[in-house]
Amino acid sequence: MSKARVVHYINQFYAGIGGEEKADTPPEKRDGTVGPGMAFQTALKDVADIVGTVICGDSYFNEHLEESSAKVLEYIKSYDPQIVIVGPGFNAGRYGMACGTVAQLVDENLHIPVVGGLYPENPGCEMYKRYGYFVEVGNSATSMRTAVPAMAAIVKKLAAGEEVTEGFMEKGLRKNYFAEKRGSRRAVDMLLKKIAGEEFVTEYPMPVFDRVDPQPAIKDITKARIALVSSGGPVPKGNPDHIESSSASKFGKYSLVDIDDFTPENGETAHGGYDPVYANLDLDRVLPVDVIKEMLKAGEIGSLHDYWYATVGNGTSVANAKAFATQIAEDLIADHVNGVILTST
Amino acid sequence: MVKEIERHGFPVVHMCTVVPISLTVGANRIVPTVAIPHPLGNPAMEPADEKELRRKLVKKALKALTTEVDGQTVFGD
Repeated sequence: MSKARVVHYINQFYAGIGGEEKADTPPEKRDGTVGPGMAFQTALKDVADIVGTVICGDSYFNEHLEESSAKVLEYIKSYDPQIVIVGPGFNAGRYGMACGTVAQLVDENLHIPVVGGLYPENPGCEMYKRYGYFVEVGNSATSMRTAVPAMAAIVKKLAAGEEVTEGFMEKGLRKNYFAEKRGSRRAVDMLLKKIAGEEFVTEYPMPVFDRVDPQPAIKDITKARIALVSSGGPVPKGNPDHIESSSASKFGKYSLVDIDDFTPENGETAHGGYDPVYANLDLDRVLPVDVIKEMLKAGEIGSLHDYWYATVGNGTSVANAKAFATQIAEDLIADHVNGVILTST
Repeated sequence: MVKEIERHGFPVVHMCTVVPISLTVGANRIVPTVAIPHPLGNPAMEPADEKELRRKLVKKALKALTTEVDGQTVFGD
């Protein structure tokens, strides 16, 4: 049996090009394995060969979506693969989105299977898990040791032409099969069980949409009280509350009263998920305090809540973010705020 | 966070660069911004022009807060 040809997609960090300062690296390809590809190659041994690796910086991919998609797809195609591995992207938001987008591109254009690894809270997961076999992995690279064998196990099955039935997150796709009893009979059976208080299993679980309806618009912005919130980590110089650069366990509340403009002396970012150079030079680039203060003076908004709220939305758990938001909202209610500007990086 | 704050009764405008993430997390009013490390600025511009760019984005955000929406809405150009 000949070995399956595999292409691996990774970001600039795992390719060893660099961290956030290199996140704007455009797509490139290299023959053979790079970075974590070596561990995959070892695990896949004589079943599959990683013939090429396609690399793109996380910021570049997300900021130039169309261009990078086309280029990455072209590079993947150039190796004529039978299987594509993406990531694993763990809980890295932009990387997860890139892995997911690549999975969709490959699925829809090359019609070959994709194997990936994401943490369930990664935004790329909910959006793209239907396009590939995404293994549930930990939230950071420390789980690479368990991620590689789990992903490799699926690649091996695919390479052998076997059906893959487990070891990945549900794709949410329907699959046709012939049932013994017809639908009406099954439905009545279920209903009878329900009436009798017995357990039954639905054939069509309802998706959970946790959406919040849009709140009514502000009628007159020149009378409205506005508040500023950010998940981009804008904090006073020195990060007095020591908000973590990733997986934040807290948020900060800081007075806007004495700040009309951010400078390198009074503000910085605590966020560890992007290149901080631009934010540290002028934090208005993350939280537009200079402009909002001018608009306040010009009467373009009614008033400004005296504090800004900041946390770091880098690998921060949904549960934490939800708790922060609730505390922030209670504060805003108490101060009769009418509308919120929330910036993210 | 956008969704959870909005749940408490205020309109929230989400200013962010990666709009698909904002859509996934359930923001209702979205204003696309410049780049991930500098959403509300562009270090390649002259400071005055950069501030003008920021002012335009904030104005767009305020416009979004005063606009009734039925569902998730991206306030592009």
